[in-house]
Amino acid sequence: MSPGVEVTGLRVVRGGHEVLRDLTFSVVPGEVTGLLGPSGCGKTTLMRAIVGVQRIAGGQVTVFGERAGVAALRSRIGYVTQAPSVYDDLTVEENLRFFAAVLGVGLDRVDACVRVVDLQDERSKVAARLSGGQKSRASLAVALLGEPTLIVLDEPTVGLDPVLRRDLWQTFHRLADEGAAVFVSSHVMDEATRCDRLMLMREGRIIADDTPAGLLEKTGAADIEAAFLDLVAQAAP
Amino acid sequence: MNPRITLAVTRRVLIQLRRDRRTLVMLLVLPCVIMALLWWMFQDKPAFGFGALAPALLALIPFIIMFLVTSVTTLRERTSGTLERLLAMPMGKGDFLLGYALAFGLVAAVQSALAVGLSVWALDLSIQGPVWMLMVVAVIDAILGSALGLFVSAFARTEFQAVQFMPALVIPQILLCGLFVARADLPPFLHALSDALPLSYAVDAMRKVAGDADPAVWGDLALVAAFAAAALVLGALTLRRQSE
Repeated sequence: MSPGVEVTGLRVVRGGHEVLRDLTFSVVPGEVTGLLGPSGCGKTTLMRAIVGVQRIAGGQVTVFGERAGVAALRSRIGYVTQAPSVYDDLTVEENLRFFAAVLGVGLDRVDACVRVVDLQDERSKVAARLSGGQKSRASLAVALLGEPTLIVLDEPTVGLDPVLRRDLWQTFHRLADEGAAVFVSSHVMDEATRCDRLMLMREGRIIADDTPAGLLEKTGAADIEAAFLDLVAQAAP
Repeated sequence: MNPRITLAVTRRVLIQLRRDRRTLVMLLVLPCVIMALLWWMFQDKPAFGFGALAPALLALIPFIIMFLVTSVTTLRERTSGTLERLLAMPMGKGDFLLGYALAFGLVAAVQSALAVGLSVWALDLSIQGPVWMLMVVAVIDAILGSALGLFVSAFARTEFQAVQFMPALVIPQILLCGLFVARADLPPFLHALSDALPLSYAVDAMRKVAGDADPAVWGDLALVAAFAAAALVLGALTLRRQSE
């Protein structure tokens, strides 16, 4: 399968501190790849590097064969940051219509994306009056407008109730089934089993890259959290 | 640049303003209240005063207000993550800047139409030149204010800091624009300094329209527009697609 994201020897330095240390991995289309690790381990920086908004100190990031950040990729990537990036003083509908106009997609996409994130009843509510979870779903809807082939989601399920979380994971898998490369970060270990592939990250390094089952088998741990702790213990003798 | 995207930005900014009723009312009513206050102050001194000061004030108000409004809105756009999101989309920086300039230019046109209309027809301000030209000057002043506000928002981390740029960048210009002391009567260094400040030319232009039946203002206006364009270019440089 053609590579979605190809990362080779990626290094990022922020404020004199090496945040990402020599990362090499790929994200393939058709799969949900999870990026797990504790807060502050560099997940967001890595996602920003893939989207192309992070200055990098070394290595290479290519997306669909092109250098991350080039103009041609901008309409193909949907990126959801941790802080919901929508306009507080616009309604859900107005937010989506605006971003749809920027992307040059039709109003049918607005309807479709409102449905995907289940915000039909909140369409004409001003974003400032939405709950935290609703607002991050609005932000997710914006990212899906352009039918992106790479979807990068930075902790999209924080603060959501279990039912909604399950629904969103189903959505991620559907998008992957339709051919998109989906890259999701989380610091909640129990979400790991929902991924097709898993990368565990700690202090700017990737300490494991496998399927959830493979990871459990390799470490002999009972669950992903235990596997993670085992791997951490191995990495720091 | 793409007109579809530029106009989408303009439309969005106008919707946001419409939703913020209090701001909208202040934008439109406040300049009129200030003009009325100025007129009232000089009720017992008809020889001097209102006629001399009003044109300068008509130039200052859109400049100051748009400076403040733009610096705060773009700062919000930077801190809320929406700017980063837009820059990760196929949006040109020019679309963003021009979209804002159009929206605020439009608001400034309505704002100035009200203030100029009130001053000329209700408060008997005598204008020798064509009245529409006052509005042209006012709109260009507003765009200058927007452009500068946008530029300085890059240097502010919080809205508190952003509003502090008002006294820093705007008040010196007000002092040196010829409103208090004719620019020719300033000490040589300050005179030279006032020659280098855009608001001086904006006020000059307003005064010429007020005092001259056939005002030669295009030179002044071209200078103000050039300052605005330069500030927009500098503003564009502060919109970074990549950051550390």
